[in-house]
Amino acid sequence: MSESTVVTQPTLAVWKFASCDGCQLSLLDCEDELLGVVGAVKISHFTELSRAEEEGPFDVSLVEGSITTAYDMARIREIRRASSLLVTIGACATSGGIQALRNYADIGGYISAVYAHPQYISTLAQSTPISDHVAVDFELRGCPIDRHQLLEVITACLTGRKPVIPGHSVCQECKGRGTVCVLVAHGTPCLGPVTRAGCGALCPAVNRGCYGCFGPADTANTSSLARQLTALGTSRIDVSRLFRTFNAGAPAFREESLTYESPETGR
Amino acid sequence: MSHQRPADSRIVKVEGLARVEGEGTLRVEVSDGVVERVELEIFEPPRFFEAFLQGRRHTEVTDIVARICGICPVAYQMSASLAIEDACKVAVTDQITALRRLLYCGEWIQSHALHIHFLHAPDFFGCADAVELAGLDLAAVQRGLDIKKTGNHLMEAVGGRAIHPVNVRVGGFHRAPSPEELNVLVEPLRRARDEALTSLEWVAGFEFPDIEIDYRFVSLRHPDYYAIDSGRIATSDGLDLDAKGIAELVVEEHVSRSTALHARLAGKDVYLTGPLSRYALNSAQLSPLAREAAAAAGLGAVCNNPFRSIIVRAVELVYACEEALRLIEAYEPPNPSYVEVPGTAGVGYGATEAPRGMLFHRYELDEEGLVRTARIVPPTSQNQLSIEDDLRRVAQANLSLSDEDLTWLCEQTVRNYDPCISCAAHFLDVSVERR
Repeated sequence: MSESTVVTQPTLAVWKFASCDGCQLSLLDCEDELLGVVGAVKISHFTELSRAEEEGPFDVSLVEGSITTAYDMARIREIRRASSLLVTIGACATSGGIQALRNYADIGGYISAVYAHPQYISTLAQSTPISDHVAVDFELRGCPIDRHQLLEVITACLTGRKPVIPGHSVCQECKGRGTVCVLVAHGTPCLGPVTRAGCGALCPAVNRGCYGCFGPADTANTSSLARQLTALGTSRIDVSRLFRTFNAGAPAFREESLTYESPETGR
Repeated sequence: MSHQRPADSRIVKVEGLARVEGEGTLRVEVSDGVVERVELEIFEPPRFFEAFLQGRRHTEVTDIVARICGICPVAYQMSASLAIEDACKVAVTDQITALRRLLYCGEWIQSHALHIHFLHAPDFFGCADAVELAGLDLAAVQRGLDIKKTGNHLMEAVGGRAIHPVNVRVGGFHRAPSPEELNVLVEPLRRARDEALTSLEWVAGFEFPDIEIDYRFVSLRHPDYYAIDSGRIATSDGLDLDAKGIAELVVEEHVSRSTALHARLAGKDVYLTGPLSRYALNSAQLSPLAREAAAAAGLGAVCNNPFRSIIVRAVELVYACEEALRLIEAYEPPNPSYVEVPGTAGVGYGATEAPRGMLFHRYELDEEGLVRTARIVPPTSQNQLSIEDDLRRVAQANLSLSDEDLTWLCEQTVRNYDPCISCAAHFLDVSVERR
């Protein structure tokens, strides 16, 4: 292959840290666009898709998963050094994921609850987002991410513009699709008012409250919502549990979950 | 790359795939022309689901365990639902069971379509990935995408979302879809079924390494239906167990090289779970069309060649499309869409068939319904020893191959299992050492 005649395509790499693979699967779930995307870029590293592997540097790196081992702390730094743009995808990469529940517990107890020989297990006490370790150019949220938002981010990266991803709450999406408010009409605990839009308000559409899988919206007033939830009869500990799931490590959710963890602390 | 020297005098180390990811590596050690040791090392960082489930409400479990796997979240949701309902001594209605099975068909369709066309087939063409394969056979890759898309649409229609469905709850569903919402899937599912038949013919024509392994098959079995979402557990040597029985019989072992536990039956025996086992134990319950297509593809009553698992997956893909069509035709929306499951103290067990094999859960709840202990045994953990056994045999039978070819064949041997360790087939760093 002659280098001089090859039109250089931008290179795309997809990396995995502690996660479920669901966010990178979102890329493969773009069934109508996948062949177009892989035609527009050169995929340099994407182990869920390919055994082929190229050396960096990479024009765009998509990073899934959180940092939970010393090895991965070093690995993300290398990936950052080799990448022009680094975009984190999903709740694990942007807030530490469900495995950030360990941040509230004694990790030694966790290891011995699952593994017979804790000495074989090497892990950090905290599960942390990628941005705690390296500079991140854009964070795409969701557990899992929305594939249309992913296509928007990839397109924006390749064309050199800022991704258009809303920072408002799920409430606006409910209004947009005409879903009756489950919190106001039925008293169902719902994190929609403080959760970032992007999913399309899926949960209220099936008569359940939003469970916050996209993490805090911009300017989320979590304490106001938490007060309202207790006023509607949700126990303090259940308010804490509600904030402590897939984005338990996101500061706004973390703070509220800690405030409501103990029955005594008043607000 | 290959060093053709007498086997008894060489020491070769190949970093077969230049993977630096931490999920897993594979070591095959050859000494004096004999494969001495095979180790599948799993480095997937531990995430401690069983630990952080402790203290969560029984109603929160299905949302949390979905996050173990982005490719088979429904399997986790369904096994957990059955286990918790068992602990709380609640039975759901037939309509709810049927709707669960329909959702599960969607997961089988998308997962099998992905594995057959994207993760497994490229190996048979010497392609690095499906993108390269598309250069040789665009129609096949396009077919895979079409079928997968229909599976995802089915999951969206029933589960509200394809990855980590939001509509599942203990006791059933938050909302039952209307018949109209499901009827729009009939045409796409018919097309997917026909495309699956084409793909079945396609994979049946692949060249397969000649190897037969005498597996101990373990799978769910249901008297009326091909086992997916419910049933007792059967083994090829005649055991008949419930979910509690299998959970008590399977012993998990923690070894230094792995963050996944190794499962053995009764503490000593290697066993196999997944499509080959399901087919061997349940082919009589396949639909007539799937059974005929299996026969036309050259499958007998039992398939002992792990490389031919791609054919069995294609048969199951045909079946899952047909079964989804049958369930939609017979659909009666469950009303109410769930049964109440009050939290009570108890222990419960649940087992279902994830696309890649049996998945069983056990939960112990306290009187408030809070989880006291959880045990989750995924298929790849159960298959890990079997994968190593296959690797030993395949490597031994193919020592004449160059290091590069042997490495690839070993990877393919692992991909036969559609492993769910990082839920990707391509997680391995293979090194072959010859002394």
